[in-house]
Amino acid sequence: MSCCHDFSRSQLLRSSVAQAGDGLPAIEFGMPTPAGTGMTRRAMLLGSAGMFLTVYGADKMGIDAFETGVAEAFAGPQGAVVVSIFLAGGIDGMSVLAPVYDTNYQSLRTSTRLDEAGTLAMNGSSDLRWHPQAQGLKDLHDAGKVTVFPAISYDQPNQSHFTSRHFYEVGALDPVASTGWMGRWLDLPGVGQENNPIQGLSLGGQLSPALATARVAVAAATSPSGYDFPSPGVYDNYVEAAMNGGFDQLGNPATDDPILRQARQAQRNAAQLRSQLATPLGSSPITYPANNGLANDLRSLVLLLKAGLPIRACAIEGNGGFDTHSAQNGSFGPNLQSNCLALKAYQEHLEAEGIADRVITFVWSEFGRRPEENDSNGTDHGAAGVGFLIGSKATGNTIGEFPTLDATGIDQNGNVRLTSDFRGVYCSVIEDWLNADAAMVIPGADQLPRYAVVQTT
Amino acid sequence: MSLITTAETAATRKKRSKKKCRTVKRRVNGRVVRKRICTKKRKVVVRKKGPSPASPPVTTPLTPQPAPPTNPPAAGDPLVYSGAFGVREAERLLWRAGFGPKAGQAAALAGLGLEGAISSLTRPAGAANLIGPEPSDDGDPLEPEDRYAHDHMWWLDRMARSDQQLIERIALIFHDWFGLRRDDVGQMDLVMAHMDLYRKHGLGSFRDLLMEVTKDPAMLLFLNGANSDKNRPNENYGREVQELYSLGADRGAYTETDIREAARALTGWRADYVDQVGWTNFRYDPGQHDNRNKTIFGHTGNYDWRDIVDLCIRNPYHRSFFVLKMWSYFVPVPPDAATQASLEKLYVDSDWSIRAVVEAILRHPALHSGPPMVKSPVLFSAGVLRALDKPVDSTSLMYWSENAGQRLFNPPNVAGWNDRAWLDTSTLFNRWRLVYDALDGLHEESNGSYDLTETPQEALTKALAFWGGPAVRPETNAILMTVAATAVNPLSTSNTARNQRAQRQNALRHLIASSPDLQTC
Repeated sequence: MSCCHDFSRSQLLRSSVAQAGDGLPAIEFGMPTPAGTGMTRRAMLLGSAGMFLTVYGADKMGIDAFETGVAEAFAGPQGAVVVSIFLAGGIDGMSVLAPVYDTNYQSLRTSTRLDEAGTLAMNGSSDLRWHPQAQGLKDLHDAGKVTVFPAISYDQPNQSHFTSRHFYEVGALDPVASTGWMGRWLDLPGVGQENNPIQGLSLGGQLSPALATARVAVAAATSPSGYDFPSPGVYDNYVEAAMNGGFDQLGNPATDDPILRQARQAQRNAAQLRSQLATPLGSSPITYPANNGLANDLRSLVLLLKAGLPIRACAIEGNGGFDTHSAQNGSFGPNLQSNCLALKAYQEHLEAEGIADRVITFVWSEFGRRPEENDSNGTDHGAAGVGFLIGSKATGNTIGEFPTLDATGIDQNGNVRLTSDFRGVYCSVIEDWLNADAAMVIPGADQLPRYAVVQTT
Repeated sequence: MSLITTAETAATRKKRSKKKCRTVKRRVNGRVVRKRICTKKRKVVVRKKGPSPASPPVTTPLTPQPAPPTNPPAAGDPLVYSGAFGVREAERLLWRAGFGPKAGQAAALAGLGLEGAISSLTRPAGAANLIGPEPSDDGDPLEPEDRYAHDHMWWLDRMARSDQQLIERIALIFHDWFGLRRDDVGQMDLVMAHMDLYRKHGLGSFRDLLMEVTKDPAMLLFLNGANSDKNRPNENYGREVQELYSLGADRGAYTETDIREAARALTGWRADYVDQVGWTNFRYDPGQHDNRNKTIFGHTGNYDWRDIVDLCIRNPYHRSFFVLKMWSYFVPVPPDAATQASLEKLYVDSDWSIRAVVEAILRHPALHSGPPMVKSPVLFSAGVLRALDKPVDSTSLMYWSENAGQRLFNPPNVAGWNDRAWLDTSTLFNRWRLVYDALDGLHEESNGSYDLTETPQEALTKALAFWGGPAVRPETNAILMTVAATAVNPLSTSNTARNQRAQRQNALRHLIASSPDLQTC
């Protein structure tokens, strides 16, 4: 089993909040409200991408203004893109990059320990070795396209899935912050446009709190293939063809009546759109792993970027859950592998389309796990964990060392001490990649470290 | 409408909100689990005024007009429809003044004649009865104050099942008119009581209704009456009562000074917050009221909240605002000048009787022989349930309706819903899906038993009868006939031929209900 009750409850609550939209009073007492709760939501169909969007924010604008906004941004210059991929549950960093030679690691971990044999060498490191099923990520790292954070966290780390994730999403240690770090970047004058919702795009149906804005519109997209009109008890090809023919015809008759004309126009548009949406974005020259949700989302993202859609920030949730309180070895490897293979195909796809130099991707989890195993062959919520910044413009550096698992590297609660601060990563990305003022986005930016995470030449 | 962004609104709420919590049991995947439900302790939303919101265009002429005379000009009686009142006319009336016909209901109503039909709607006797299968969510009874989507489902059920259709319809009209949002009130018990005001007073005197709404606890929370300080009064209600509720923006009916003065007059309301209860003990405290003179619409006095209602009702711009706005809920094109004048006179002469105006609109030829209206998503969904005598049984009814543009208890803002955004490619999709869910389980099975001899015409007749024989225009009928004639492969034999006929029936039913004709009424 790889799931704890506490975590699944958090997911449920977040899900119900997101579904309910504005302020449904279903938030657990004491948990921070996810950023973006309370933003208005409106449905929109973006024909140029063949996507249903749920548009958040920019309440005063009409849906047609968003179509215009996307079209205008489409015609403008294409800017740098930042992508956030969240690995839910708190991934065990020392099982992704294992300190196999640390004797404390060997004694603290019994059932979940990785050894030199079977693990994969980490380029440039004499301490850490990749999990055997992290091959996809190792390949990217070997090619210099992954900046690694072996022990990323923040001061006084919180062990709640909900609270710690919230901190990462809002880019601040502030339980009541209501805008996300990428949302605040989009809100900056000259960055986001009020009427271009796909500049901040969540794939997966609900808005990521990291994208919650105060000023400009952002959006969540559902599957591009969702615009179909099935009927219960109709599946014979012959009948379906007749029904679809009727669907296409019902909007056609002319009428003098303005209201009926509007209804028929909408029907006509729907029929036209349905026919256009068969394969709106084409296909990928790279083969992605099959039955892999992250791979599907990343392929869609690359195709959307290739089509020139004005996306600046994107948030996606990775595959599987990493809340491995018990029997960690059962689920960890396959989940890690499915994410790593998706990431590798994604980077190759970006390169094949010639847009890799525009995109940087931050992979993170809400925390790492405690070095000392529990009695269920699993690990409990910890502090510093692993993070990655992926892209052809990443420096490929390792930011901070993985600490020795003794009193110098483990805090009073038995958790790994940080050697990099996620807010410093955000500041560095904002300054070096997005060319914006981190002080306008991340609270206390002047007090936070900066790291060489992307090439600045 | 809020000028500040919703994210800021959320932040404001966040700072001010505390929560009350209790544990409730609910079923998840067949298991009973306990869940803490927390209600925001205090939902005081700072609202600022934006540009004129999306109220129906006929109610807000763009250019200031000369002040009308204090009394309405002499006018005749409103016109009365004198054509035939048959099943089609009765069907339209049931859509305009209710939520569509149940099977056979249009014919029965036609039998009453126009006057009888109208008074059966506007003058129901006694308490409403809910007729038909009880609502549920996956087998559980509804808990409208506690569970996600159940509020919407609860009211939708009343719309579908109440035998006092106009009462529910007028409540929906005033829900749109006053634009109260549960998310901004935060206490569902108060919201439910607020909507009951519309059921109780919605066909009475508008003056009485506005009095009730002005002192209603949900409204006092929604537009900040309960925390309006006599030293620094909150202008929220003082503005909306004029702009959105009684006079209309941009027509010279009031000035910014009138709003500030009205806000002073409206001070005095207080409430207490009690743990585990919420806001309670709503009361008028004379000590909190601004007791100095105010000058409003050129009149001066030590006005209080009752005076504000009367000043608005007696403002010479009010009667035209009321008549036009009410008309717009029933007829999609503005009344001509004579009709407008006659309705204004009727309204004033009847001491602001909502029923008198509504009855006159329901009798008017413009309703019976004029163009159709767009069915709102809620009207459309309730109508589907009524035609099929199908219970509210799933949260998906709320989901599709919300995505089609209308979530009960949560209009987009204080101006109500934007009824110009109800038909587009996205909302049509959601209407189609709503019909899908309604038909699922009622569809004909492809099990080799369907009538092999059914002709295309018989198939279409049967599919129309399935929906109670709704009005379908000849050109639409012709397209449906083409579908019926082409849905069965003439080379098919035996089981395939039977199954294609079964599926043809399913396809025709879905196309009929989703057709442009049936998005209008």
